[in-house]
Amino acid sequence: MVRIYIDQKPYDVKPGKNLLETCLTLGLDLPYFCWHPAMGSVGACRQCAVKLFKDENDKTGRLVMACMEGVRDNMYLSLNDTAAHDFRSQNIEWLMSNHPHDCAVCDEGGSCHLQDMTVMTGHAYRRFRFPKRTYQNQYLGPFLHHEMNRCIQCYRCVRFYKDYAGGKDLDVFAAHNHVYFGREKDGVLENEFSGNLAEVCPTGVFTDKTLREHYTRKWDMTMAPSICQHCSLGCNIIAGERYGALRQITNRFNGAVNGYFICDRGRYGYEFVNDPGRVRQPVIRGEKEGRNLFESLSGILTGGKLLGIGSPRASLEANFALRRLVGEENFYQGISENEAGLLRKILAIQHSGHVYTPSLKETEYADVTLVLGEDPTNSAPRLALALRQAVRTKPLENIAGSNIPLWNDAAIREMIQDEKGELFMAYPVNTKLDEVASGMLHAAPEDIARFGFAVAHYMESSVPEPEGLPAQTKESARRMADLLQKAERPLIVSGTSLFNEDIIQAAYQIGQALEKAEKKAGLCFVLPECNSAGLAMMQAPSLAMAMRAAETGEFATAVVLENDLYRRAERSEIDRFFNAFKNSLVLDHLENDTARKATVLIPTATFAEGEGTLVNNEERAQRFFQVFMPKNEHIRESWRWLDEFRQFREGTKPDELRELDNLLEELVNAMPQFKGAEMAAPLSDFRINGQRIPREPHRFSGRTAMLANVAVSEPKPPVDTDSPLSFTMEGYRGMPPAPLTPFYWSPGWNSGQSVHKYQSEAGGPLRGGDPGVRLLGNAVHFSNGFHSASPAAFKRQMDEMALVPLTHIFGSDELSVLSPSVEGRSPRPYIALNSLDAERLHVSEGAILKMRIGDQVFDLPVTLKNELPEGLAGLPYNLPSLSGIAWPAKGVLTNATV
Amino acid sequence: METPLTQHISFDRPCYNLRDYEKNGGYQALRKALSLSPESITNTVQASDLKGRGGAGFNTGMKWSFVPMNGHYPVKYLIANADEMEPGTFKDRMLMEGNPHQLIEGMIISAFAIQANISYIFLRWAYKKAGRLLTHAMEEAYAAGYLGKNILGTGYNLEMYLHTGVGRYICGEETALLNALEGKRATPRAKPPFPQVSGLFGKPTIVNNVETLCNIPHIINNGPDWFKSLGKGNDAGTKIYGVSGRVKRPGLWELPMGVSMRELIEDCAGGMANGYRFRGALPGGASTDFLVEEHLDINLDYKSVAAAGSRLGTGTMIILDDHTCPVGFVHNLEHFFAQESCGWCTPCREGLPWTEKILLSIERGEGRPEDLQLLETHTRLLGPGNTFCALAPGAMEPLQSALKYFREDFEKHIDQKKCPWR
Repeated sequence: MVRIYIDQKPYDVKPGKNLLETCLTLGLDLPYFCWHPAMGSVGACRQCAVKLFKDENDKTGRLVMACMEGVRDNMYLSLNDTAAHDFRSQNIEWLMSNHPHDCAVCDEGGSCHLQDMTVMTGHAYRRFRFPKRTYQNQYLGPFLHHEMNRCIQCYRCVRFYKDYAGGKDLDVFAAHNHVYFGREKDGVLENEFSGNLAEVCPTGVFTDKTLREHYTRKWDMTMAPSICQHCSLGCNIIAGERYGALRQITNRFNGAVNGYFICDRGRYGYEFVNDPGRVRQPVIRGEKEGRNLFESLSGILTGGKLLGIGSPRASLEANFALRRLVGEENFYQGISENEAGLLRKILAIQHSGHVYTPSLKETEYADVTLVLGEDPTNSAPRLALALRQAVRTKPLENIAGSNIPLWNDAAIREMIQDEKGELFMAYPVNTKLDEVASGMLHAAPEDIARFGFAVAHYMESSVPEPEGLPAQTKESARRMADLLQKAERPLIVSGTSLFNEDIIQAAYQIGQALEKAEKKAGLCFVLPECNSAGLAMMQAPSLAMAMRAAETGEFATAVVLENDLYRRAERSEIDRFFNAFKNSLVLDHLENDTARKATVLIPTATFAEGEGTLVNNEERAQRFFQVFMPKNEHIRESWRWLDEFRQFREGTKPDELRELDNLLEELVNAMPQFKGAEMAAPLSDFRINGQRIPREPHRFSGRTAMLANVAVSEPKPPVDTDSPLSFTMEGYRGMPPAPLTPFYWSPGWNSGQSVHKYQSEAGGPLRGGDPGVRLLGNAVHFSNGFHSASPAAFKRQMDEMALVPLTHIFGSDELSVLSPSVEGRSPRPYIALNSLDAERLHVSEGAILKMRIGDQVFDLPVTLKNELPEGLAGLPYNLPSLSGIAWPAKGVLTNATV
Repeated sequence: METPLTQHISFDRPCYNLRDYEKNGGYQALRKALSLSPESITNTVQASDLKGRGGAGFNTGMKWSFVPMNGHYPVKYLIANADEMEPGTFKDRMLMEGNPHQLIEGMIISAFAIQANISYIFLRWAYKKAGRLLTHAMEEAYAAGYLGKNILGTGYNLEMYLHTGVGRYICGEETALLNALEGKRATPRAKPPFPQVSGLFGKPTIVNNVETLCNIPHIINNGPDWFKSLGKGNDAGTKIYGVSGRVKRPGLWELPMGVSMRELIEDCAGGMANGYRFRGALPGGASTDFLVEEHLDINLDYKSVAAAGSRLGTGTMIILDDHTCPVGFVHNLEHFFAQESCGWCTPCREGLPWTEKILLSIERGEGRPEDLQLLETHTRLLGPGNTFCALAPGAMEPLQSALKYFREDFEKHIDQKKCPWR
């Protein structure tokens, strides 16, 4: 700690920080624009000027930019000094000289850092009397709206997009007071993290285009803390609603997970909630009208055995409620045996505790990274952004002696130049991370696994060396082994994307070898869906086992929870499965093939309409909260329906109070591996000074008028029986516990930049710790052993092509692809081939190939990817029109024109 | 009177080729320097009190002494700042067109002193002739073994490249020059770290003005004491002074450092042209404060000019006469500065166009009484330290001094709602 004096008051502060972040940590309001906690300082905007004195006797001092000045012991400064204050106020006046002052019609209004800073500095009267400069705006694609006239040239957008996220197609053009931030010409912004520009931009230049389609001011939104549903990383988000429609997703800071940024799939994938195809009514097929639901259901619920199919996209609570309804022995995971096997293996590795499972934030600090069989940009995008930072770890260490503080971003980047740490990408095709990688291997999944075994072998001789490896692969494996062994914080990233267990085994072997060499290695697995880990931890058998059980004929009804089984296996198999039951009871929020097959279809809540807990890829249990109570009383959380069904079946009286808490308690009692999940967020009876946490900001407008066309009396707001949050603007106004923070607001700080008020220090963890409870310490025993035989090499087959699933950030996720904006970015179905294979099939780029997998036939245009090994064809994973493929798969390809 | 810098320059004949330059003592300083230790060269230059001729006036040898010499930095750079874009300044052009080998020799010695193996000449795009002559001279120097590998058998290597800018004033700022040379936007960098530690491509780098580098061979040949003896007062060496404006003989002269302003204007430039009266002068380019009649007898060295409230800058003077409207004069300059702002920091990017617009409106007779207050606020708030680099503070120097010395002219514009000179 060092002592500094601000306006004569002494403070003990952390060394190594700059004055701006120090002031913010101390709770002092100092305006700024170009500084960003994740991106450091560049000193461009000159907004954070303070007076710095030589010593306590110096009364003159000089203006310095707080963001460019490191904290030193015995520093004397003043924020309130007239000269500093006048300069800050004048600086805003300069910034505003060309700003259009269109707050009333600007999407940023009410959540605008420029507004907040303008008010903070006291600039009110405009003296600039000349015409303002104007710009042409650009079309930037479905995610962002561009309004350049509002720009205050803080350079944050290009610093985030180019420097931080590795984007190529946004830049700054021209000079002097006509600098322009945009693309070289109109077009879709390509980077997968472009949506963060809406939050990084301190004003309304880049705004959320989907919000614009159904615009609502921030202060008019009902918001809740939530968890992204679109991949296994569990990024924390804030979801906002008005008039029964979900309006916007923004980043919710979690220092251990997503920090300040989320990917575009997470930001824009929410619109499935508003989909016109939502299930809105219980549907009982073949039933006479007029009967109440439970009368109709009584036959199903009380007669005959139930078989339950859980879901990796449903909450722990929902899966557990189903398990309780059907009985532990009749509960199955709704995923293929292959996928279940992969997850068992990963969980066994994680729970063995042999190799450390890092948090997402920790992956940013890896100095050598090996990615085995994943394309994180597409399968776990936020991880790819973390790995882009990780490649800077080593170069940063190399310049540690230069005395340039880490926050001095431009100077650091200048010193590092294009130097990168070691990142090795092993994947069948090119990935976006290749551009920052120091080594690559394009190979079939089998050969990626063999490469991994070879790396392990070179570190630990007891791991057998795969036979017949090409000399070049051997060489890069040896080099990789060497690098990993020399690393301080080596990281192995692997996962389920290629449906290859040997890859996972290889990653584990490497991790183990490093641990044996007493290296603090991290082993990070990417899983398929948002609650894959949670579902797998329930240790239920797979869908294949359920099919086998169904064939016994002992079950009367299949109960399917939020799971489109037709995506999981071939159509004929699922048809056969359903035909084995008298009834099928399907709970889901969207129409899909499984829902259409149901004899009883129950409408359920999406993540926005209900509470639940998810377990992410690092086994962090995190709670998401209901954003709004659906007007439609039929739409309820799956767990609520299922628990009611159970009570009906058991003839007990429904217990509505503390239903979720009780369920969590039962869950933990029944399955101790979930111990701690109940503490992911405070329970429903949590209050501060007897008050709930309001979901609505205190400026929420029109509460008494918004339904006046229906009735003039204000309706009673819904009561939340499941969480400590209220659906109104009344309640505790202070700082809620981190897992319960529905929005960021602080007096004078209306925009999301106010997040620093919620942190223990500017840029640091949230007050009270970053949310989520890791379940890794809990003992679970998985039967899967750690075999160590190295796999056989990939062999080309002449009759059938081996297929490899290629994950796409936009398209491969079942729910987000229903958002029109995401759908617009999703690829059309294709088949990727090496040109030698294409030649053999007499097809060229764009020609149509007929592909037969089992009894399914697809017509697909050819995309040439010459890096693909011969005999291997790539297929976009899980596109709506390409689902129902049981991976790993093989296909027979024929030229459609022959 | 000795004129080492211009002794071999004559525009009545083509500039010296390598043979002529060598015949007149060229590259002797290099031969001598290569036999010395790099540190002793730096010490000699530091002892000579040579100050940067680009405008800042920092001790050149001291600047070099900040370059790490411990062997941990295999890559270092030396750069000649030949991006001469200060309005009214054309001294480097004369040096490069008049004797390109002098610059090249100075650069090789300087690069050797900091043990740099790569050097660049960052040349203003409009200096086409200088570019041609330098290219030719570099080819000759390479052929003669003064550049390239194993220079004169000493084992020292130096590559030299000519890089032509695209005509941005900000590239004269050394860190913006470095960014431009790296292919980035010509935006200045924050200091620290200084280029001596983290310069071009993040490596230790020295950027020196052309005139500064041209002095180096002479200091090596004749020693620091000789160099100091050339100056008249506070500062060492000679200086290329220039005068432009309505004088009888505008031009450039190599004179002892510290010559008086009166000598320069009256003796060298022949005094004001017939019918024109001296009203003031910017002593060292457009980004220096006006000096007026009362200052005519001050010596043109760094300290004396600073004491008079201005800066020696590049030492090339622009004269304001009584037939020229000072408001229009300053507006012209502010137009230039506003246009040449890189757009990085707020005060410069937004403040300069504002002052330019106010000045234009005053000049057009649309000025308001509160405008002078607003201009003064700008001159104060665009001061050193408030902006990212020295461009805006430099731009405010002629304006703040014009407001001081020619205030009644500004007021007349506003009162009469027109420019009295039109």
